[in-house]
Amino acid sequence: MNTASSSTDSRYSELTDIALRVREHILRLSTDGGCFTGASLSCADLFVFLYKRFLRVRPDGWQDPERDYLLLSKGHDVPALYGTLVELGWMPAERLKNHLKTDDFVYWHPNRNVPGVEFHSGSLGHLPAVGLGIALDIRLRGASNRVVVVTGDGELDEGSVWEAILVASAYRLDNLIFVVDRNHFQANAPTEELIPLEPLVPKFEAFGCSVARIDGHDFGQMEAAFSRLPFEAGKPSVIIADTVRGKGVPSIEARADRWFCNFTAEEVEALLSELHGRARADLTSETLTVR
Amino acid sequence: MNYQELIRQTTLNDERIVVMTAENRAVLRELPPVLGPRFIDVGIAEQTMIGAAAGLALRGRIPICHALAPFLIYRAYEFVRTDVGIAHLPVKLSSWIAGFLSEANGPTHQAIEDVALMRAIPGMTVFCPADEADMLAMLPAIWASPDPAYVRLIVRKTDYVHAPFEIGKAEVVSEGTDVALLVYGLLFEEARQAARLLEKEGLSVGLINMRSLKPVDEQAIVRAAKSARRLVTIEDHLLTGGLYSIVAETLLKHRLTADVQPLALQERWFRPALLPDVLAFEGFTAEHIARRILAPVKNEIL
Repeated sequence: MNTASSSTDSRYSELTDIALRVREHILRLSTDGGCFTGASLSCADLFVFLYKRFLRVRPDGWQDPERDYLLLSKGHDVPALYGTLVELGWMPAERLKNHLKTDDFVYWHPNRNVPGVEFHSGSLGHLPAVGLGIALDIRLRGASNRVVVVTGDGELDEGSVWEAILVASAYRLDNLIFVVDRNHFQANAPTEELIPLEPLVPKFEAFGCSVARIDGHDFGQMEAAFSRLPFEAGKPSVIIADTVRGKGVPSIEARADRWFCNFTAEEVEALLSELHGRARADLTSETLTVR
Repeated sequence: MNYQELIRQTTLNDERIVVMTAENRAVLRELPPVLGPRFIDVGIAEQTMIGAAAGLALRGRIPICHALAPFLIYRAYEFVRTDVGIAHLPVKLSSWIAGFLSEANGPTHQAIEDVALMRAIPGMTVFCPADEADMLAMLPAIWASPDPAYVRLIVRKTDYVHAPFEIGKAEVVSEGTDVALLVYGLLFEEARQAARLLEKEGLSVGLINMRSLKPVDEQAIVRAAKSARRLVTIEDHLLTGGLYSIVAETLLKHRLTADVQPLALQERWFRPALLPDVLAFEGFTAEHIARRILAPVKNEIL
């Protein structure tokens, strides 16, 4: 199943609609200080799928010890989570107006002052280990919650990711699922030009994981993969989701220089129009390098 | 009673406790069969141990984490600060062979900036017991506290009978008007013997086992500064950021000036050797401590 057939598949029309609105939120957060637009647009579909079709979580029960866990290890993608939480009723849309304001905690990286954020992140390579600890406790208690850790692909440069996976394999934690948002870019460059990651599937397999590789914008492929979890008893599962940085807005798609974006209000309007299939935005604002 | 026995009893009484190690089992050898799955050895992966400890703590556990001091907190420093510190989780760091206790391992293994780095983390508490009995008296309160904690483990025995422990309280062994020795950890015993030598020289000597470096017993420091003509800080730690700094900060906060003589390591690692030779080479035996104190005291005070 390819992206085109999935997006027109009526089974996923609700998810497609929600993801479109999440992308609107991401673009609206990309001004007045901006945010990590490109890295957020790439995983918007994944978050919508996870919340709507996979995670056993609910807005009024996120302290429930039986809930599933979603951990954003590539924390700079949090605008996609903010948008998803708003669309699914976890937090009011008005709260996004507090983005980057001192009287709230809606900033560039996730923190636990936002309902639904399980743990803060921002420093890459931390949440595979934190997820490992959560998964260990779940198993100690004989419970059946699942722990999903979303990592970036550039984040895989961090040795601590592989250290945690090695330990997760040793402890046979099949309640632990790593989802790699494989958008093929790290901060400033394509991964394969800077620190090549491929072949990625055999790397994870060699570390004791069972791996699937899917199109991270295709809800049908997501459903097929996530419904098979765990892929193998006694092994952590890895889902490598091939995605496009900036997905949904062609003028900023797959560009090394559109990671962190701080657009003018006019540019945001033009990008929203482009998101809805109209003319490409004419972007004149400076590209930024944060890292 | 020893460390393993204390852990065994504590884990039996409190199901929240889990014991973790990055393959450092020096004081844990008998525990794996006793604790079963609540003994978690992650291999030589200190960062992962600390991150996983944060995850376990999020689920209500109290992880006690073991590793050699430099790897526990330097290799994993950002994990301690970011995962444990920012979330203020009750993760308990049990550091092995801190300070001079690394003996002949060399500078790679010398944790002589651990107090400085740990107390720099908001909310982190820092404890340095004087000997095994002191440690066993201190750990139950430290583990029962909701705060993250760093503890310099010590299994050396002395014949000193310690007072009960309270977080944030020092143990005032004696009060004196000429000098007050402020000390923590392994050097407590050397300082205690040094105090006897100084008393033989006719000095009135105070001795304080600091125990809790963060929170620190400010009143004990203030009282010592007001009653003794000289304070001496004694530590197997760099001069920067340890007890000397703590005393200086405390005196300034209380608008006091005092004559403070620091015995610490200044801008260098110590000479690796067996412990008695390290103490002699670096000037931290009781005799060396007494001599270093007497020189300025006799010349400048008496």
